[in-house]
Amino acid sequence: MQLVCPAGNLPALQAAIDAGADAVYAGFRDQTNARAFPGLNFSDDELRDGIAYAHQRGRQVYLALNTYPDSARLPQWYAAVDKAAEFGCDAIIAAEMAVLDYATRTHPALKRHLSVQGSATTAPALRYAHERFGISRAVLPRVLSIQQVERLCEGSPVPLEVFAFGSLCIMVEGRCQLSSYVTGASPNRHGVCSPASFVRWEEHDDGRRSVRLNQVLMDRFEPREPAGYPTVCKGRFEVGGEVFHALEEPTSLNTLELLPRLAQAGVAALKIEGRQRGVAYVGSVTRTWRDALDRYRASPQDWAAQPRWQSALSKHAEGHQTTLGPYHRSWH
Amino acid sequence: MKLSLGPLQYFWPREHTLAFYREAADWPLDIIYLGETVCSKRRELGTRDWIALAAELARSGKQVVLSSLALIEAESELGVLQRLVDHGDCWIEANDLSAVQLCRERGVPFVAGPTLNVYNHHALAMLMDDGLRRWVPGVEQGHVLLRELREAMRAEQREMPELEVIAFGRLPLAFSARCFTARALDVAKDQCGFRCIDYPDGMPLATREGRPFLRINGIQIQGEEITDLGPELPQLRELGVDVLRLYPQAEGMAEMVAHYHLARRSPVAPPRIGARNGYWHGEPGMRVPETT
Repeated sequence: MQLVCPAGNLPALQAAIDAGADAVYAGFRDQTNARAFPGLNFSDDELRDGIAYAHQRGRQVYLALNTYPDSARLPQWYAAVDKAAEFGCDAIIAAEMAVLDYATRTHPALKRHLSVQGSATTAPALRYAHERFGISRAVLPRVLSIQQVERLCEGSPVPLEVFAFGSLCIMVEGRCQLSSYVTGASPNRHGVCSPASFVRWEEHDDGRRSVRLNQVLMDRFEPREPAGYPTVCKGRFEVGGEVFHALEEPTSLNTLELLPRLAQAGVAALKIEGRQRGVAYVGSVTRTWRDALDRYRASPQDWAAQPRWQSALSKHAEGHQTTLGPYHRSWH
Repeated sequence: MKLSLGPLQYFWPREHTLAFYREAADWPLDIIYLGETVCSKRRELGTRDWIALAAELARSGKQVVLSSLALIEAESELGVLQRLVDHGDCWIEANDLSAVQLCRERGVPFVAGPTLNVYNHHALAMLMDDGLRRWVPGVEQGHVLLRELREAMRAEQREMPELEVIAFGRLPLAFSARCFTARALDVAKDQCGFRCIDYPDGMPLATREGRPFLRINGIQIQGEEITDLGPELPQLRELGVDVLRLYPQAEGMAEMVAHYHLARRSPVAPPRIGARNGYWHGEPGMRVPETT
């Protein structure tokens, strides 16, 4: 199985490659990708440098073009596809039909991976993307149980990539409008979820803190309580007279213990989430998964998730908690 | 302009659902969408029941469209979709790519539902080649984007399909593998006890300041506000919107259909009876509080 790691910027790309990533995924510094945060992503020159760095070491670079342009902005996405081909990216990761179709017709040799934002969860959906756009890989949304992933591996016309570790989007990717409902800016259209410009922290006299997203209270924290980033899905709200994380606790997905099943199912690649995270995260998480994968490859029969791996990964998890999430049927 | 009754997003008892559609047969509607779009465990009406209801409603002169699940995870769910497509007498509302592909393979016409992620004219034209006849844009898309898309279609000398806009109801905002109703009631998803039947308009979720914010509806999250595009009808007309979609609510639907029926025949825009839909105007979907 290939290890695909996040590269939010050039130092992160180099850290991921140095730590043993088989491929990294990156985005341009604009709304053509789903992590259009200030201070993140690549200029043209940085991407060229990054590709050279990876290719010199025999690794690959995928370019995320995984947002949904409206009609007026399509030329900007098409230009990004052109650049991906010109710079020698190994694949683009896209979900939007016009972008995929343009790439198919204009640069047939440039590989196309169906992005997680494409929300393809079944063999017919994968067949559509394969027949229409000749995709050579699809990234599965984080909604399927391990049994469903295994079944889909059997029926898919293309190799599959699954999320292995990182912050957990609990909604079907590419189909969540919670951020735009509150702020007007959306993951699909603008590549942002809960943009920082809408976030406001308030310190209270008693040491408590409140956090608002465009004036709407997302959560309130006790004086020494750790506070996470205020996405709508990880806020605390009142339902039926009780206040709790009604949608999800701040926690990270960690599928390390499922590694043998994913390998046996024929999953082609494991994806690490976190282009918005720093170099330390990328280096450490990549190194840990590299070690786990190498040991599995060397001796699949003896493989077991080692405590030191889990402890290294927990350090980088949101709220220091990890979950098998939807891979596990009892997740609720 | 035509009026449609969108698919029932909630889980109602069998008799209640059947009585609702028996009444709807006499309402001044042109199109009725039937079927389960949120959770496959909701089986007060099974696939056979929905198909029988479709035949019955078709006799009342309505166009009936069978709606598919927005999120398909299990083989059994795919099997249901296959049966809907194979039924052959109705168009399908395709709410994900699986439905598009099955319709395409069988040559069945389909409506692209609001969760399909169509944002531009090129994607729309491709789907029309696949059998798309009508398009319900996703909730985020307002009048400016639709106007641009229409102009882009014209520039490429492509016909627009029928355009259906969500005029009334709570907006479907997100879907998950998790059941939020089960979570709120602290029961496992697989042992949910079908408790969302107790919440015929979903379960209210408020901020810690008590401000109503969202609705929990099984694996779906909706906006709390019941949006109403009635006052924007002149603009909708000018934009060439063909169909107004009204989502079923537990109470007062007959009156709501009558209200829109009157409005579509009047040159004067009706007063607002629900919430303003910010998305339509290129703003946040919800009304954002002005001060804290």
